[in-house]
Amino acid sequence: MRRQIRTALAMTIALIILTGVLYPLAVTVIGTVAFQERAAGSLVSAHGHVVGSALLGQSFSDQAGKPLPQYFQPRPSAAGAGYDGLASGASNLGPANPKLLDAVAQRVKAYRAFNGVGDGTPVPVDAVTASGSGLDPHITVANARLQARRVADNRHLALPLVLSLIDRHTQGRQLGFLGEKVVNVLELNLDLDRQG
Amino acid sequence: MTAAGWAQFAAVIVLILVSTPVLGAYLAKVYGDHRAPGDRVFLPVERLIYRATGVNETGEQRWDVYALSLLAFSFVSVLVLYAQIRLQGHLPFNPDHLKGVTPALSFNTAVSFLTNTNWQNYSGESTMSHLTQMTGLAFHNFVSAAAGAAVAVALIRGLVRNKTGTLGNFWVDLTRTCTRVLLPMSFAFALVLMSQGVIQNVHATRTVATVAGSQQSIPGGPIASQEAIKEIGQNGGGPYNANSAHPFENPNPITNVLQIWLLLAIPFALTFAFGRMAKDQGQGWAVFAAMFVLWLVMTSLIMPLETRGSPKLGALGASQQVTATQSGGNMEGKEARFGAAGCGLFASSTTGTSTGAVNCAHDSLTPLGGAVPLVNIMLGEVSPGGTGSGLYGMLVFALMSVFIAGLMVGRTPEYLGKKVQSAEMKLVVLYILFVPVVILGFAGASLLLKHALSSLGNPGPHGLSEVTYAFTSQANNNGSAFGGLSGNTLWYNTTGAVAMLVGRFFLMIPVLAIAGSLGRKQAVPASAGTFPTATPLFTALLTSVVLIVVGLTYFPVVSLGPVVEHLAGHF
Repeated sequence: MRRQIRTALAMTIALIILTGVLYPLAVTVIGTVAFQERAAGSLVSAHGHVVGSALLGQSFSDQAGKPLPQYFQPRPSAAGAGYDGLASGASNLGPANPKLLDAVAQRVKAYRAFNGVGDGTPVPVDAVTASGSGLDPHITVANARLQARRVADNRHLALPLVLSLIDRHTQGRQLGFLGEKVVNVLELNLDLDRQG
Repeated sequence: MTAAGWAQFAAVIVLILVSTPVLGAYLAKVYGDHRAPGDRVFLPVERLIYRATGVNETGEQRWDVYALSLLAFSFVSVLVLYAQIRLQGHLPFNPDHLKGVTPALSFNTAVSFLTNTNWQNYSGESTMSHLTQMTGLAFHNFVSAAAGAAVAVALIRGLVRNKTGTLGNFWVDLTRTCTRVLLPMSFAFALVLMSQGVIQNVHATRTVATVAGSQQSIPGGPIASQEAIKEIGQNGGGPYNANSAHPFENPNPITNVLQIWLLLAIPFALTFAFGRMAKDQGQGWAVFAAMFVLWLVMTSLIMPLETRGSPKLGALGASQQVTATQSGGNMEGKEARFGAAGCGLFASSTTGTSTGAVNCAHDSLTPLGGAVPLVNIMLGEVSPGGTGSGLYGMLVFALMSVFIAGLMVGRTPEYLGKKVQSAEMKLVVLYILFVPVVILGFAGASLLLKHALSSLGNPGPHGLSEVTYAFTSQANNNGSAFGGLSGNTLWYNTTGAVAMLVGRFFLMIPVLAIAGSLGRKQAVPASAGTFPTATPLFTALLTSVVLIVVGLTYFPVVSLGPVVEHLAGHF
């Protein structure tokens, strides 16, 4: 038995060096050299400052938490107070939980009012449900188009221009069939800001 | 469901059908007695390890010595991990100055990674330092998978060798699985992941001023290296709380499909290696087919259930229809880039294996959609299971199947020519009984304890599903969760750790004992009365045994949880 424990200890150390030190180190070195920008987090800059990551959603609300009408709004987020990069996660509410149903009912109402669409208008489901990560960088095209008029009005831009920006930041299915068609909210909003 | 959704499903099927024979043939050589590809590269590294650790490369072990080595290694490595988690505040590579973790949570986490479960009662981004992630958790991701493979290979040797007392050498099987299978695959896949945007650095968390003028924290970490082995070894423990839903872990649909394929690849391939080592490829395909059919059926159920959406959300004015401009479906807890289809495909695969990574919140699946991962785990994760644990689980059910077939015609059952007698059957029954006793016992006790009930995140039948899922996932070493349950309490940390230990070692040791007992026997030639086990009929019998013998154990609790929720909630 004592020999087994000794071998076990030596094997633990040997395999920690191999799989826990050398392996991640090699991957990190190659990442830094070959995929520098991506390995660092696909950071996005505006006016010379890093403003976020192209892969992570962020809030477009004022200090009081009210959504800013001149920006496209991301999905509801369960990460901390919303899009908290240190608290990724979902609401974990069950499909029949009254808390979920109340929240969705209230979001549907708020979405219609905020975007000035009629009471009967169906609201795209992604706009009223929280994502799995709480950091979802995307919304659906349907959601973006419903927000376009509000954004255009608040920025005094022509609606066709805003719609064409949505098209520019729409990512189709990869290889034609993988995943879903989505719009990157941060990149779209940054492009809007560049329109002046 | 859309055509693209089905095409995505078909793509994973094609990848599996291609990789199973290719990877399987390679695995058979790795665990065989002759030269293997890459010897020139791998042998020097392995010999260095054997020399440093005092392992006799050619020394064969009896089943009990093999088991003892497994236990010694598990005991020492779990202590090292526990110490690391407790002491991480005093160790380097901790740029965010995270403190050591409490004793109960450290115990649960150490056991969780030791047993290949990766149940997480914590959020990675705010709890574990980069050093803990790399030298603690990722190391266990490798060796827990390798130990599982070792046990499966020992069982194969017991089945195919004749009149021998020995089953190979645990240390050699452990080392070779790491150096020749897990490390090369992980390395290659980590590079692919980085090319798609998965991060890999040892930065501290970076705080940036956002476009709207507030602040956001952007975490760092050695994620790509972790992510690769997380799927390849069916570990599933995410460096971030949101796991494979997090864009830094799983940035786009290509990485999503690759992750799904990788978590299925080795478990399916091991069936081919089994056929190769048994010198009867049909035996391998028969086992493969049983696993494959279960996975296929469960996946075909959950994908449409989720893309169809939730009638409750529809009634509130949310549009869940599939149109040209939106993917629709039940989107609570799901990422827009994967959609409901990409979530269902992942959920069924991660629970048919022992992975437990998630790319959407299982707690928010529709009632019957959520029943799919729950039932997948309850069946013992044999569709296709974890590295090694899937194959040895299915082979134990194969012994059960030939036994039942033997009872029907009144003959002593045989499997691969080995007579299956009372000694083996007793161990098979132990294997099958341990896990349900632990799951139903602990889940039942939790329902009677007030403080345990206060951890539930959802009311009604969904709460029952939540607590059942927690113990089912831990006892079967899966690690996925109905995440609403707050598990970081003394009760759940401790009972969960016990469930994980039972689900790992109380299954592995009977398996090794069965292997030892079968290895001592001489295979008898097949006669007219032998029940052939390389046929579709056997696959059908095996699948039915899994569904009836195991599935029925949980029928009452599945009825009271997801089924009641579905019917009472008018879904």
